[in-house]
Amino acid sequence: MTTISQHRPPTVPAPDQPPRRNYLNNGYSVRSWLLTTDHKRIAVLYLLSVTFFFMIGGLAASVVRLDLTTPEADLVLTETFNKLFTAHGVIMVFFFLIPSIPSVLGNFLVPLMIGARDLAFPKLNLLSWYIYTLGGLFTIYALVAGGVDTGWTFYAPYSSTYSNTHVMATAVGIFITGFSSILTGLNFIVTIHKMRAPGLTWFRLPLFIWSTYATSIIMVLGTPVLAISLFLVGMERLLKIGIFDPKLGGDPILFQHLFWFYSHPAVYIMVLPSMGVVSEIIPCFCRKRPFGYAFIGFSSFAIAVFSFLVWGHHLFVSGQSVYAGLVFSALSYLVAIPSAIKVFNWTASLHKGSISFDTPMLYALGFVGLFTMGGLTGLFVAALAVDVHVHDTYFIVAHFHYIMVGGAVMGYLGGIHFWWSKMTGRLYPEGWARLSAILIFVGFNLTFFPQYILGYLGMPRRYHVYPEEFQVLNVMSSAGASILAVGYFFPLTYLLWSLRWGKIASSNPWRAAGLEWQTSSPPPTENFAQTPVVRDEAYDYATIDAQLAAVKPSSPGVELSHG
Amino acid sequence: MIDDGFRLFPEQASTHAPRVDLLYFFLLGVAVFFTVLIAALIVYFSIKYRRGNTQVDRTVSHVESFRTELVWMVVPLILCVMIFTWGADLYFSGYRPPAGALEIRVVAKQWMWKFQHPDGKREINTLHVPLGGAVKLTMISEDVIHSMFVPAFRIKRDVLPGNYANCWFEATRTGEFHLFCAEYCGTNHSRMTGRVIVLEPAEYQAWLAGGNANEPPAEAGKRLFEELRCVTCHVAGGATGRCPPLENLYDHPVRLVDGQTVKADDGYLRESIVRPAAKVVAGFQPIMPSFDGQVSEEQLIDLIAYIKSLAKPAAAPASEAGDRP
Repeated sequence: MTTISQHRPPTVPAPDQPPRRNYLNNGYSVRSWLLTTDHKRIAVLYLLSVTFFFMIGGLAASVVRLDLTTPEADLVLTETFNKLFTAHGVIMVFFFLIPSIPSVLGNFLVPLMIGARDLAFPKLNLLSWYIYTLGGLFTIYALVAGGVDTGWTFYAPYSSTYSNTHVMATAVGIFITGFSSILTGLNFIVTIHKMRAPGLTWFRLPLFIWSTYATSIIMVLGTPVLAISLFLVGMERLLKIGIFDPKLGGDPILFQHLFWFYSHPAVYIMVLPSMGVVSEIIPCFCRKRPFGYAFIGFSSFAIAVFSFLVWGHHLFVSGQSVYAGLVFSALSYLVAIPSAIKVFNWTASLHKGSISFDTPMLYALGFVGLFTMGGLTGLFVAALAVDVHVHDTYFIVAHFHYIMVGGAVMGYLGGIHFWWSKMTGRLYPEGWARLSAILIFVGFNLTFFPQYILGYLGMPRRYHVYPEEFQVLNVMSSAGASILAVGYFFPLTYLLWSLRWGKIASSNPWRAAGLEWQTSSPPPTENFAQTPVVRDEAYDYATIDAQLAAVKPSSPGVELSHG
Repeated sequence: MIDDGFRLFPEQASTHAPRVDLLYFFLLGVAVFFTVLIAALIVYFSIKYRRGNTQVDRTVSHVESFRTELVWMVVPLILCVMIFTWGADLYFSGYRPPAGALEIRVVAKQWMWKFQHPDGKREINTLHVPLGGAVKLTMISEDVIHSMFVPAFRIKRDVLPGNYANCWFEATRTGEFHLFCAEYCGTNHSRMTGRVIVLEPAEYQAWLAGGNANEPPAEAGKRLFEELRCVTCHVAGGATGRCPPLENLYDHPVRLVDGQTVKADDGYLRESIVRPAAKVVAGFQPIMPSFDGQVSEEQLIDLIAYIKSLAKPAAAPASEAGDRP
């Protein structure tokens, strides 16, 4: 693909040799990490932070699911239950899902994939992490000080006037973290525009870059509106300025409009990057160019644009005008089209491929299946009359978990496994990884599928006590959650294990296309010895495999399989 | 007793429920078809084109086909237009109460539902309604946002502070059904539940007649109207000239000082009591004081019932679903 062949050969160094100079061994001091401007090190900082928040958010969810195994309130107090599901939502959305792929994989990969030395603004990038951490500290403070019970949606006037919990500290935390999101998005947009390697035209870009770019647009345009909404809640809470509470002359529906103007597009901040990851993994494990490259790429932009036009579908039962409901329902169906394009193209990419089922591919195929189910139930909730029935029930909970966990988290884990060797220079144990990918898939479905049924039966979300007839399905869901928890625990363990005991990785263990695979693993601080020049299309697996076959005509092409 | 056996599908107990379910089953069909299609293709391709299979033809005749892309854009689009139209039609009928519906007033607060029947009878967390015949709920919250949800009827509507919201249903089965608050409203949100009890019309009348005698809302409103000294200005026919007449006001268009015309519905009348300066009638001065905080939501409902009783009983046109005037 590039003129990288003059690079040192990707030989595996003998254990007694000193390790090659790379971004990880370029300084071991705390200072060298906390003051780094290397995008790869910042990605590692984010990896640690989002994993920390994922564990806290997951812990909160575990207690919630455990409590819901019985219809009565017998594990925690109702006040605590409400704080737990709020903590779960706030942390998972704002401190895990939104920064996960963009800030970890995006930070690590965007410069590598486009053949750049770093992001356009390395210091700004470090600042983004500090802002994120500061916002996180406020939120942790709110949790430790006693929690917040408004739900992650902060609906006014409950949040602005009635709740006696730590709404302000949490809102300040999210407000601050928003700036990190904006700066990261800005950094990516500038980098992708200005720092692509010679010859790397827009239509030669990896699809991960397309989706990261689309995500960045949403981050830059949407996040300020969230900041404003939370700021106004704060103003009403502190200064009693009437904005949302009718008792002060405000309008509670206004908050919902403002909040969802950001928070609906935010769903695509979570899932678009995952779509990008899947669009990298599937071609590699099929050994062919993805079907409909341009359609997958442009559909990311279509999703980003449409995502700003559909917020009102969260307000079908709120008292928003029925005519507005009509418009938002129609616009919501527009999002279905680019989503369908992607799913069909990924599936068609398998056709005539040479498919292997390594862990990243298992996650990618799992993503396609679960995203399909999440997306198709989106048709239910966009249909006005059906939404009236399922709104604020477990049907909605199931729907968005299929998108955010079945979609975004599967993509994130697939990406972490796919690029783990590049990030750490080590291979993870393939057997354990496949096992946990399957556990996560099974656990996920057992957790969330029963919730669709519960929701149509009418069980409202955010219920601590519920009628007895819903218990069987709730127990199934909680049982699934325990399998899911085990599934998540495995990667945490074996990935850490692999840092010390994993096999040393070559520069390109998957024989994958893309510039990031043509530098060593882990990459040197400057990424590339010399700036690569791109002469070919992306995903030119036919040429890669032909060249490999020419070098080693006897090898059947599976000798490099992982682990 | 509420039927609390294990089930996978909710009871249908309103005229609206089977209509919503029909669309739901159509959607289920679409979802199952595409899920099975995608899953089957993934499994089929995964087996046929697995790396170990060297016997399969992998030559790609054409890399990308615009026609294929077009097919999977147009087919979902057609389906979406269909589902949208169907869902929208049901949405409108679900939120448009038919004329002559039995009107029940609902006041929600943390964490209870208060109901008042047209003859003035009140109940809390339990709602008795007659079988057959439309029932319209006119709802308002005293504090935060709540949401009226009766799964067996497939209806839900947020209950907002500061403005009336409506929904309606026509029960088709006698029995008891769950009533939930669906919008998170604070600590005891999950305990803000109750029952809808559907009775035969005769039983409903008997139920209404039983218990304590109730003061009808219009009479309570008239008493309140005098107690609050509203009559000082609002004399019959608006003869003082300081305010427009209240007779024949309800549900009629009103011209405002800013040239707008609004309909004098429940929401307008409530606002005119709580914030009189918000919508001043053309030709009058904003001299009325605010009664915000001095009258409860129940008293406001009584006052509106009184003003309503001053209008000639005409056939009420089907009102718009909760739109602000």
